[in-house]
Amino acid sequence: MKEIIISLLTVFGVLIAATTIAAGLIWLERRLLGLWQDRYGPNRVGPFGLLQVLADMIKIFTKEDWIPPFADKPVFIIAPAVSMFTVLMTFAVIPFTRAVHVVDMNIGLLFFLGMSSLGVYSVTLAGWASDSKYSLLGGLRAAAQMLSYEVYMGLSLMGVVMLSGSFNLREIVEAQKGLWFCIPQFLGFAVFLIAGVAETHRLPFDLPEAESELVAGFHSEYSGMKFGMFFVGEYLGITLISAMIATLFFGGWLGPVLPPIIWFLIKMFVFICFFILLRAALPRPRYDQLMSYGWKVLFPLSLLNLVVTGGILLAR
Amino acid sequence: MISLLRTLWTVLRHTFRKRATILYPEEKPSIPPRWRGRIILSRDPDGAERCVACYLCAVACPVDCISLQATEDEHGRRYPEFFRINFSRCIFCGFCEEACPTYAIQLTPDFEMCEYNRQNLVYEKEDLLISGPGKYHDYDFYRVAGLAIGGKDKGQAENEETPVDVRGLMP
Repeated sequence: MKEIIISLLTVFGVLIAATTIAAGLIWLERRLLGLWQDRYGPNRVGPFGLLQVLADMIKIFTKEDWIPPFADKPVFIIAPAVSMFTVLMTFAVIPFTRAVHVVDMNIGLLFFLGMSSLGVYSVTLAGWASDSKYSLLGGLRAAAQMLSYEVYMGLSLMGVVMLSGSFNLREIVEAQKGLWFCIPQFLGFAVFLIAGVAETHRLPFDLPEAESELVAGFHSEYSGMKFGMFFVGEYLGITLISAMIATLFFGGWLGPVLPPIIWFLIKMFVFICFFILLRAALPRPRYDQLMSYGWKVLFPLSLLNLVVTGGILLAR
Repeated sequence: MISLLRTLWTVLRHTFRKRATILYPEEKPSIPPRWRGRIILSRDPDGAERCVACYLCAVACPVDCISLQATEDEHGRRYPEFFRINFSRCIFCGFCEEACPTYAIQLTPDFEMCEYNRQNLVYEKEDLLISGPGKYHDYDFYRVAGLAIGGKDKGQAENEETPVDVRGLMP
């Protein structure tokens, strides 16, 4: 009985923490973008503008929830839910500390890759169900981009798996006690970072949305809370990828003095801020540049990383 | 790749830059004295109205937001009976100020004139008229004008000689 209560508490704790962080990121992103563009960002609502999130939520919940008459209704409704669902499911396998995790799954890493692949459906289905040119183009781009970046994302992580000898995320973190994997697996880290940006379709790889060419890409036709779900899903994605980078390459909760959960959060937030910095600094590449960069640079690099890591492990 | 990293670094350094934003209601921006803001009617140094109701401002106004009616006092001096500016139409172009021959109508650096009721944006003469001379402290139209007017004859203005009898032989 006691175990059930504890696991229920963890489930809801993780759920609430993840969504709260994702909502808070809306504020954090706007403030940081403001800081890097020499302005303030939202600073009026509440202390430091923190209540801006609340105001945005009230706004988005009270907006008209409009489904265009030409849309494919069931698919149109399911698509945004899928985007949040897949990301939230992945939070189940992330070990926040040695004790705090929802499930200690022995194929945790594969589960993460599987769920992020499923995430493609939300974008593609949204683009398809909207039945509009821009949405469809955005959906198509998203499908091609995410499927191809999925490949190097998986390959770049195999070095970590080889070094730790496990797909279990908790064991991967514990294998980094001596040395964080970001040093022996630097190439894998770099590829994963870039693939992660593409996976969450954040700038500079936000071609599925590309507001300067495709209106808003796959969510052009969405409004109200359905749009909000895509929005929160995107921020959840950033949180997830940052948490995965911290877990896989920067020793998760490991660190001196401070309690483990604090270490985990610090590492996660550094990468979240890096994601926002990317948005503040870099322009969007052309679509063919994006694809050729993926297949001609990242793919060979991740293969090279795999071969070299494997060779060194065999020689030892 | 290097250039991308350099871009990231440059943007990151902006963390410690001074912000360009002026937090407006708490912190007022410094506005130049020739700013084209709220329109006023000024008085000459003696405290009399400068406006001679010549209608030039109303003619110059591209949005027709100025309306006035000329009348005369006991000396025969013209002044506006009413002078009305509809600030909901005004585009603050400053043409009225340029057209004014007596420096009566002037634009000021005040721009905080929002209203909840549109009707309140129509300013009457008592709202427009200020007690001072505005931007031109010593200027008085009747003291430099050459024409004869009630209370001032020809030749009584500043820098003006009394009229010469052109038919006289005396120097």
